[in-house]
Amino acid sequence: MEFLSEVVHFFADGANWVGNAGILNRTLEHVGLSAFSMAVASLIAIPPALFLGHTGRGGFFAVSIVNIGRAVPSFAIVALALPVSIKLGLGLGFWPTFLALVALALPPMFTNTYTGVREVDRDTVEAGLGMGMTGWEVLSGIELPLASPVMLAAVRVAAVQVVATATLGALVAWGGLGRYIIDGFSQGDNVEVFVGGVLVALLAVVTQLFLGWVERRAVPAGLRKANAAREGNVEAAVQVA
Amino acid sequence: MILAQLEGQPLVRWDWVADHLDDIWAATKEHLVLTGIALGVGLILSVALSLLAIRYRKTYTPITWITGILYTIPSLALFSILVPITGLSVLTAEIGLVGYTLLILIRNIVAGIDGVDPAIKEAAIGMGYTRLRLLIQIEVPLALPVIIAGIRIASVTTIGLVTVAALIGKGGLGFFILQGLRRFFTTEIVVGAVMSVALAVAIDLLLVLAQHALTPWVRAKATV
Repeated sequence: MEFLSEVVHFFADGANWVGNAGILNRTLEHVGLSAFSMAVASLIAIPPALFLGHTGRGGFFAVSIVNIGRAVPSFAIVALALPVSIKLGLGLGFWPTFLALVALALPPMFTNTYTGVREVDRDTVEAGLGMGMTGWEVLSGIELPLASPVMLAAVRVAAVQVVATATLGALVAWGGLGRYIIDGFSQGDNVEVFVGGVLVALLAVVTQLFLGWVERRAVPAGLRKANAAREGNVEAAVQVA
Repeated sequence: MILAQLEGQPLVRWDWVADHLDDIWAATKEHLVLTGIALGVGLILSVALSLLAIRYRKTYTPITWITGILYTIPSLALFSILVPITGLSVLTAEIGLVGYTLLILIRNIVAGIDGVDPAIKEAAIGMGYTRLRLLIQIEVPLALPVIIAGIRIASVTTIGLVTVAALIGKGGLGFFILQGLRRFFTTEIVVGAVMSVALAVAIDLLLVLAQHALTPWVRAKATV
């Protein structure tokens, strides 16, 4: 088929891999911004969620935030980040994309960290307190490890969503792999659109598999089975982008 | 220049909204139709695949695996891969939208039916129920809360994803978001976003009411 041979040619042409608009640089931009946004979002979402989960306050807020997050389309978040970024004097490109990705990653991580800590068996916590553990020791030694599977699953789900949505950054003049898709559309170049689609899809699947692997390595062995069932709920709590 | 234009304008220009009520209504209808087709076709496929998975247990893992990968692929990437084949068409949008409903729906249908109390099934079989009658009269009604929970998630997700289809020219309310971005006109972005959220909330509410009416024996307990 002619179309497929054009696609193969695109990938075979070394010139398409190097330089500012090359596949390597676009992938690096995409992964870099996604990772940076995830890091910032984790720092914002996880500590307060751990604290609230530990004290048992703010449950209604935790549930509401994820429901609202699910109803607002990620496309709308990217679009709304643009006027916000410009009002803040941050301009086009990197900042609106970054703001949108952080906003997108917050709800699932916040809610699942909160729920993860809340769902730790109260008897286990009581036992820790009875042994003379301080509140901090209970949080770091009991609640955090026991909540880790749910938290890590949420990080994975949020990361896949962030990678997916970073594609839309091309609409607010940012780089990343979305450039191929958006530029391809505006130039009517189906080969470029297709190439972009394949690369983004691959990156999302690789992210999912990689973080799934990390999860399996990081979760305490005794918890793996018990939490397999709960994971389904975490994924269902997050929308696709 | 353009940025300055964006800085000076109010968040929503109500006169624009008032002038474009017809367009907004038309886009809302398109949004609903796209969502409705995706959910309808998705539900039919999911029921078929779920029945397969329930009857032949071994198929469940591959089914969730494949629909899981489909679910992982970003919508814009999937549309982009399909465009060279099916063009900038409703078909392209719907293939993607239907694809994303499958994992959620299948998982909830199977979980719902698996969750039916075995004692109830035993009793029905003891009373001479055939497999089909057991499914239709006992298992499906009892699984309905979980199934509807799945439909709720799928519908909210689909309504959000329809907006992305604006990039392939079939996006319902997403059209305003895209136009707003291209023209640096926040009113359009806000109208698209707010209407799409309102639609999601309204449909979700309808589904809650439907569940309430269909399962009078379950009260106050919602499973998600």
